[in-house]
Amino acid sequence: MSAQIEQFQYDNKVVKQFAIATAFWGIIGMIAGLLAALQLVFPVLNFDLPYTSFGRVRPVHTNAVIFAFVGNGIFMGVYYSLQRLCKSRMWSDKLSKIHFWGWQLIIVFAAATLLFGYTTGKEYAELEWPIDILITLIWVVFGLNMFGTILTRRERHLYVAIWFYIATWITVAMLHIVNSVEIPVHLLKSYSWYAGVQDALVQWWYGHNAVAFFLTTPYLGLMYYFVPKAANRPVYSYKLSIIHFWALIFLYIWAGPHHLLYTSLPDWAQSLGTVFSIMLIAPSWGGMINGLLTLRGAWDRVREDVVLKFMVVAVTAYGMATFEGPMLSLKNVNAISHFTDWTIAHVHVGALGWNGFLTFGVLYWIVPKMWNTKLYSKKWANWHFWLGTLGILLYAVPMYWAGWRHYEMMNEFNPDGTLTYTFVNMLDGMKSFYMLRSLGGLIFLVGAFLMIVNLIKTAKYGSFIANEAAEAPALAKNVEIHGKEHWHRVIERRPIQLLILALVMVAIGGVLEMVPTFLIKENVPTIETVKPYTALELEGRDIYLREGCYTCHSQMVRPFRSEVARYGEYSKAGEFVYDHPFQWGSKRTGPDLAREGMKYGHEWHYNHMARPTETETKSIMPNYTWLLTTPIDKEGTPAKLRAMATIGVPYEQADIDNCVADLEKQSREIYNVLKPFDDEGKLYRNDDGESLLTEDSEIMALIAYLQRLGTDIRVKPNTTAK
Amino acid sequence: MKFINYLESITGVSIYPLSAQIIFIVVFAVAIYLAMRTSKESIKKYKNLPFE
Repeated sequence: MSAQIEQFQYDNKVVKQFAIATAFWGIIGMIAGLLAALQLVFPVLNFDLPYTSFGRVRPVHTNAVIFAFVGNGIFMGVYYSLQRLCKSRMWSDKLSKIHFWGWQLIIVFAAATLLFGYTTGKEYAELEWPIDILITLIWVVFGLNMFGTILTRRERHLYVAIWFYIATWITVAMLHIVNSVEIPVHLLKSYSWYAGVQDALVQWWYGHNAVAFFLTTPYLGLMYYFVPKAANRPVYSYKLSIIHFWALIFLYIWAGPHHLLYTSLPDWAQSLGTVFSIMLIAPSWGGMINGLLTLRGAWDRVREDVVLKFMVVAVTAYGMATFEGPMLSLKNVNAISHFTDWTIAHVHVGALGWNGFLTFGVLYWIVPKMWNTKLYSKKWANWHFWLGTLGILLYAVPMYWAGWRHYEMMNEFNPDGTLTYTFVNMLDGMKSFYMLRSLGGLIFLVGAFLMIVNLIKTAKYGSFIANEAAEAPALAKNVEIHGKEHWHRVIERRPIQLLILALVMVAIGGVLEMVPTFLIKENVPTIETVKPYTALELEGRDIYLREGCYTCHSQMVRPFRSEVARYGEYSKAGEFVYDHPFQWGSKRTGPDLAREGMKYGHEWHYNHMARPTETETKSIMPNYTWLLTTPIDKEGTPAKLRAMATIGVPYEQADIDNCVADLEKQSREIYNVLKPFDDEGKLYRNDDGESLLTEDSEIMALIAYLQRLGTDIRVKPNTTAK
Repeated sequence: MKFINYLESITGVSIYPLSAQIIFIVVFAVAIYLAMRTSKESIKKYKNLPFE
């Protein structure tokens, strides 16, 4: 007896909202990226304002592109495809609405707080704890709505795209919660619970898997739905997609430590990251091949169909990036790419090519569908395709070149054993590459604008179907089983079991990597001379975080001849035990600062922060003049020390009680060193020729912090000898 | 004090990477086995779900 046919409607309104948000935030994120790129060529574009300086604009760019552009793109694609694959409307319109507006609210809070300097200082996880909580709540709303829809579906089998959505949901939840454990100091300030090497491991376990489970697995789900739809033929191999899914989610979670090769992370963890990264080629290319071969017999249509063009380039970019990724995990290759623009090229092939082009393809496909019309201009869409492709090439090629050049120049020695180039020599040679990169970004942005105009025109000529009528038989309560079936078939139709199995798969990697690194904390011989930061240094460190100095400066000297010769003794894990959060960085647009302490006098730092070009004529660092005039917020200092003491930094009660007096004393000492220079007119003065030197300005704290960096193990140089 | 070795010296650290490899091989083998065992009819039905 056949089941009763049920009438229902797909909710297109929420898809439309997410589509608009995707396009809008995409443009904002790209503009922020373009501004950041231009700031490296024309430092004047930092506008001498805290809110527009590179260190704050760059996190806005990365967060906007990842969580606003791609985030909304994920929800757009999931809400469209999930309903159709489940033959069911989204479970709750109210939850859809809360999800949409909640996510937009998070984005607005994120942009505002980052520009105002409220940041945790951990890359791609910069948002402060109240926003972290809001993200968790909205993510739960998304999950409830998704699982509600899955549980009330009219199709027994869960199509492979839904597995990817489920794995994405549970893994992102796990990553976000574990990496965001922090101790609040006040509403917009917190310290990471983890310190130094442990913080680095957790952060890059999170950071790498944000790429894996936010930028990749949900988009693979979209690929498995939208590429067959656009090509009008089923996926090449469903069997391959099953293997692809399990192998990918299992392997990805281990690969994080490849971001920490040659650092103070234990060797075995580095090797584990490398091995799993290499193995990742197999499932990644399995997915790419599956996507591309879906077009078998339809390649002629790629010439005509702009949606397919975007999707083919997207999947190809995915294949390129996932071949390059494992290569970058080899230690000898990583030595070149890490801290240079090679990594920037790599991530942009992924972001612009894979995420960008797949999003554009999906938008060009669903907008005419939802507005029941044809695309307004295929010609414009083709223009967009070629502009986008040219933009990616113009972006990536100069950055690859720049990365190699950076490495080569930094590793060149004179016959007498001295380094050939200074850091600024190298940086000066980067400008033309940075200019070309900006041009590539601009062209890509113009293409995106063209798409928006095209889609608005398309919508104008069509008629939006807010509720799309559909019908399907109700799901029979009892499954008719013909013959013997094995457990995986059962799992495939039981979403909760699938969720649990996916969680187990992804949790294994995290647990096995982190547990040993955490459990042996007690066994780590601390370096006797490494002491907690003084109150003033801690304030200086917070200013360093606030201004996003980590976006350009690393604090990790790798054990290479060139780095030891340039920066000093290589970094040891024991030096970072009080660093909540760690500040190893991931890109050197400026030199490493791990051994910066006492390399220069206080007056050099004072002048350098006020006008970097005064001390280094070719510097591209922004002016930080406001640090000279903004007083240190001493009222908050005791709470900061208390918070640090709570998470294990050995501050005594007396340290906390006397912290303000101690801070003022150390600040006065720095002031006293600077005063004679000021009297002689050797310190920066404002346009009216007035001295800005005061005892309690933020620059005092920053100088104290910078002068402390890397000096702890210099106190007794021989303590490490045996 | 040798700083470079202190995180490598935990007893039996090799069990972690080793277990990782073993778990992966098992997962991978099971996934292949299951995919291959699925009947052609089922596969055809599943891969056409986006078109229903």
